[in-house]
Amino acid sequence: MAKKGEKIKEKLIEYFLFALSLASLVFLAGIVVTLFRESLPAFRDIGFFRMIAGRDWYPTYDPPDFGILPLIAGSFLVTLISILISVPLGLAGAVYISELAGKKEKAFLKPALELLSSIPSVVYGFWGMVFLAPFLQKHLELSTGYCALAAGIVLGIMSTPIIASLSEDALNYVPRAFKEASYALGANRWETVTRVIIPSAASGIITSVILGTGRAIGETMVVLMISGGSAILPQSFLEPVRPMTSAIAAEMGEAAFGTPHYHSLFAIALILFGITFVLNLAAEMIAKKFRLKLGASR
Amino acid sequence: MKKIILSAVCSALLAPAAYAGKVVMEGSTTILPIAQKAAEVYMNKTPGSNITVRGGGSGVGISSIIDGTCDIANASRAIKQKELDNAVKKGRELKAHIIAMDGIVVVLHPSNEIQELSKEQVKNIFTGKTKNWKDVGGKDLKIVPVSRDSSSGTFEAFMEYALDKKRVRPDALVQASNQGIVNFVAQTPGAIGYIGIGYLSEKVKAVRYNGAEATKENVLKNKYSLARPLFMYTVPNPKGEVKAFLDFLKSPEGQKLVEEEGFIALKKN
Repeated sequence: MAKKGEKIKEKLIEYFLFALSLASLVFLAGIVVTLFRESLPAFRDIGFFRMIAGRDWYPTYDPPDFGILPLIAGSFLVTLISILISVPLGLAGAVYISELAGKKEKAFLKPALELLSSIPSVVYGFWGMVFLAPFLQKHLELSTGYCALAAGIVLGIMSTPIIASLSEDALNYVPRAFKEASYALGANRWETVTRVIIPSAASGIITSVILGTGRAIGETMVVLMISGGSAILPQSFLEPVRPMTSAIAAEMGEAAFGTPHYHSLFAIALILFGITFVLNLAAEMIAKKFRLKLGASR
Repeated sequence: MKKIILSAVCSALLAPAAYAGKVVMEGSTTILPIAQKAAEVYMNKTPGSNITVRGGGSGVGISSIIDGTCDIANASRAIKQKELDNAVKKGRELKAHIIAMDGIVVVLHPSNEIQELSKEQVKNIFTGKTKNWKDVGGKDLKIVPVSRDSSSGTFEAFMEYALDKKRVRPDALVQASNQGIVNFVAQTPGAIGYIGIGYLSEKVKAVRYNGAEATKENVLKNKYSLARPLFMYTVPNPKGEVKAFLDFLKSPEGQKLVEEEGFIALKKN
């Protein structure tokens, strides 16, 4: 009897956990359905291409303009700057911690990195406002420090620990035998790291870069605080921009329910969701391909 | 359960006008902070009263009161002829109550030597025709205009009164609040922005606009043009809770709340 009771209990726990794992799927479905339902009126009334290719974002004027190209461009520009900073920094950091650092350094550096990634984004944003933006304004002699570069730098600093920490994990997982074989063939440390270890950990590294990129493109607080907020097609990275996330955050509170403005904000959210979805899908596919080619699966 | 009923009865007896039940206010987002604050204080003072405040914009509020779905319509502009025609058609009369004044101040960095700007100059600066301070009599410095989010009430008023509904140049910077504008202008030498008069501080410099200084006195004397009355529309002879609330808002206590929210009280307290 006791055994039967145990079994039922185990089954119950199993079902419970199964239900929980389904919950995330339900939430995802709910979000997707809401996004589509609320953004369809915008695409229908304004027109998909008129929105995507429109260069003017004047949602509350009469007549209004709902061109979101400047917002998309703003998002991509700050994300690009952040990648240019976070990928080299993050990768170099990961290689150092994983391959070169001594035990003591490692014990200090890794937790420090993880701590850095847990700082709330508003704190980064605040730092950008009181330090970085005035600093750029003064030293680059800009008319204002609130620009794509300032936002990109802060986003880059924010996503560096993610890339470093995850890449370091990936490098750590490379089997010892790979390294030993490389040394046995007469390769030096540099050659071993660049030609054996990094390629073997490529799937993990790419995943970390994509996750870092995802953080940058989806980050809201920082860009709201220091990107400047001008909905223009930026000619240089020293100009203010209005990324998609900050447009949604700044305008959703005041947009009257059910208006084209309201629906167009949902449309922006849908596009943002689409971008991150494609990013994740690409990451998945690239990672898979690399794993197969190198036979480094574990 | 009994307790709840008892307390409900008690509060109904205590509150002088509570029999009317619920009051619904709808309309301008500019007035929203005043309406919310006043409703809050009023409800605390008058147990059993129930005031719901909704935004939506002046147009929404006015069309709601014409349709009879709200009791007070908040409007940051006077009623339009088209709306009046619609009200007449539906057999509804409306009365306007001015509850406060709103003034907008054009502000510059303290180091900027410009003292005065005409309406035309401000308009040209914000629409992008004038891009350097030397073109309006200042030093050779790029103008950095900073605006508010396009759904803000201050933005709406500025666009209508100062820019004649022309579009703000797209590369103007955007800040989410009056305080944000003050901070931005204070740290940007070439900046020009606009704020509600209640947010003026020593960190920024107010300019004379179209020949008048931006003071509460000038707004009340109708000498300062970047100002507007804020309205609440009701039926011609409001009764009960609606009347009590409007009386409260026009009283010195209510007008103090108006000042606290950064607007101009009708009379000097």
